[in-house]
Amino acid sequence: MADFQEKIAKLFPDAQIGSEEVPVISIPDNQWHDLAIALRDDEDCKMDYLVTVVGMDWTDSLGAIYYLMSSKYNTMCGVKVTTSDRERPMLHSAADVWKVACLYEREVYDFFGIIFIGNPDMRRLFLSIDWKGYPLRKDYAEVNEVSVENERQSDTTDTYIELPDGKVEKKEVAVFEPGEFVVNIGPQHPATHGVLRFRTAVDGEEIKKIDVYMGYIHRGIEKLCEDLTYPQTLPFMDRMDYFSAHNYHHGLCLAIEKAAGIQISRRAEVIRVMMDELSRIASHCLFIGTYCMDLGATTMLFYTLRVREQILDIMEKTCGARMTFNYDCIGGVMQDIAPDFQKDVKALLEVLPKNIKEYNKIFTGNVIAKNRMEGVGYLSREDAISYAVTGPSGRASGWACDMRKLHPYSIYSELDFEEITATEGDSMARFKVRMREMEESAKILAQLVDNIPEGEYCVKVPKVLKLPVGRWFTVVEGCRGAFGIYIESDGSTKPYRLKLAPPCLPLAGVVDHITRGSKIADLITIGGSLDYIVPDMDR
Amino acid sequence: MPYEAFKDNEYIEKLVQQLKENGTNVIVGSLDKLINWGRSNSLWPLTFATSCCGIEFVSLGAARFDMARFGWEVARASPRQADFIMVAGTIVNRMAPVLRRLYDQLAEPKYVIACGSCAISGGPFRKSYHVARGIEDIVPVDVYVPGCPPRPEAMIYGIMQLSRKIKVEKFFGGVNRQEKQREFLTTHPVEGVED
Repeated sequence: MADFQEKIAKLFPDAQIGSEEVPVISIPDNQWHDLAIALRDDEDCKMDYLVTVVGMDWTDSLGAIYYLMSSKYNTMCGVKVTTSDRERPMLHSAADVWKVACLYEREVYDFFGIIFIGNPDMRRLFLSIDWKGYPLRKDYAEVNEVSVENERQSDTTDTYIELPDGKVEKKEVAVFEPGEFVVNIGPQHPATHGVLRFRTAVDGEEIKKIDVYMGYIHRGIEKLCEDLTYPQTLPFMDRMDYFSAHNYHHGLCLAIEKAAGIQISRRAEVIRVMMDELSRIASHCLFIGTYCMDLGATTMLFYTLRVREQILDIMEKTCGARMTFNYDCIGGVMQDIAPDFQKDVKALLEVLPKNIKEYNKIFTGNVIAKNRMEGVGYLSREDAISYAVTGPSGRASGWACDMRKLHPYSIYSELDFEEITATEGDSMARFKVRMREMEESAKILAQLVDNIPEGEYCVKVPKVLKLPVGRWFTVVEGCRGAFGIYIESDGSTKPYRLKLAPPCLPLAGVVDHITRGSKIADLITIGGSLDYIVPDMDR
Repeated sequence: MPYEAFKDNEYIEKLVQQLKENGTNVIVGSLDKLINWGRSNSLWPLTFATSCCGIEFVSLGAARFDMARFGWEVARASPRQADFIMVAGTIVNRMAPVLRRLYDQLAEPKYVIACGSCAISGGPFRKSYHVARGIEDIVPVDVYVPGCPPRPEAMIYGIMQLSRKIKVEKFFGGVNRQEKQREFLTTHPVEGVED
């Protein structure tokens, strides 16, 4: 860790390295692109995975913090670039260094109005092109009424190029080639798993390009959180990726507890981890069901929902809800586990292997399923890292990216479980990885179910919770990949900025790359196998 | 479900009272009853879900809650084959025109159920810059189902309310009004085309 910091300090004397837990390097904008290349390519750094780009408004300046991770050394760092121009803020893009940066920078442009020089696609991402103002700026006060008129469409995008004399020129680029046949899929389409829209250019049956439109369920959670106290921000975690509700709650609680220096009891840790793993099984069950339904095997949905309902019953007894649990709280969990909890989990562990065997028998070996999934939607390991495709989809491409192993949080370091990876990188591998992950989650549950220690389920925390001034970045493993949480505090009871980096946004960003050259019917297979949740990517 | 078990019988009695005021023809009235009996027992929803409530809607369709036993047989993916939209989830600014368009594409008679607190009022996202504060400004709503998300049982209760409402409606001359083409064109002018 120290080595790479020294090296950066030597190469870039202007860089200031912060002393946070995840060090943040401040760099002037004109050197940022060189630093980006050095961070990615240097043998001692190898920061090849861009976790997220956090847009920031510090009122006197605007900026972005790029959070990077090395897939080789497993180290993390942030890079902060700022501009003081509020009228026409500009920064240099890193879209050519990390492929996912293109999408992340579009998000920052959408929320803060920062133009990234060199980014090939500077359109709004979540909001319509006629949207007034930049909503996450602190001085945002525009009113945009809800309209039932169709929004204006544009077939061109802007890109900003820096000329040799330092001036920046705006260029208009067509999204599709002239004469291309474009088919619209979504937002109301049963196979897009929510309200996602693909504009698909096709040549016959072959996909040439996909332009993904998001924002059909963009609810502005990050902005809402800025007006709420820390405990009040928690319920939104249930409503992003509603399958990973426990995992996301766990993540945000961890981040806040780390910042406030709260130590929680072992009993609470164990309960949290058990709930996480139960969610994972339930989530993968629903994935298998809906995915098979997309491929035409409707029966599987009923088989997999049987297990899911059993898990929901366990959770309902303890948390009192079927879906939006709001169970983890700062300092532990809301309620002690129900008296039947252990008995119910054991009953689940007994039926689960039989069920998985049954799923494999019905579907995995089926010749139609094999033909539709094997070799379809290949994603290489390099692309998975560059496009930041984490979770089971990334692991199916051979990238060991499980945050429970890379940055063990809670009690995961003490548990015995295997990180499932595959090398095929196709839809079948993504399906199988999830199937085997259910077995691993069951293994974790079996280790813990009889070892829930006595103790308090929630430690005492101050009634009014204030975090010290600073910034914290935490990554946890949701059911679909790495979920990053960035908190910046100004010392008050409310977060100055709470950035949630969901795993599903890059999953939608990779659709264009992964489907090129495939048949249009395979779009459903590939999209389903990536398993994105639209409210998660839109927030 | 017995009549007494419903919790809001006043409104349905008021509705029946209103409809009876002008009297009904014996033949048309009997036909109404027959057709409404059929319609209320084969309500087909549109597969429309934006967020969390949509997952409970999936559970509603699966074996445990099984809405097919009430005749709400299959969820259709095309609005042209569906009887009602169950608006399950938040409607945001960008989605509002799409929802309106889907509603316009449904064939008459059509109904809307606002499912979950987001569809009713904006719910926990009411203060957001990009959320519609309730869908009644976008489409007319027949039944509200509160909850975040409502349990599948609550959804069943909501759709039952809708079938009850359909049962007392006037079909002929009432909900089955067909817009004349000319009337339609005057309210929806097409640019560059005269009559």
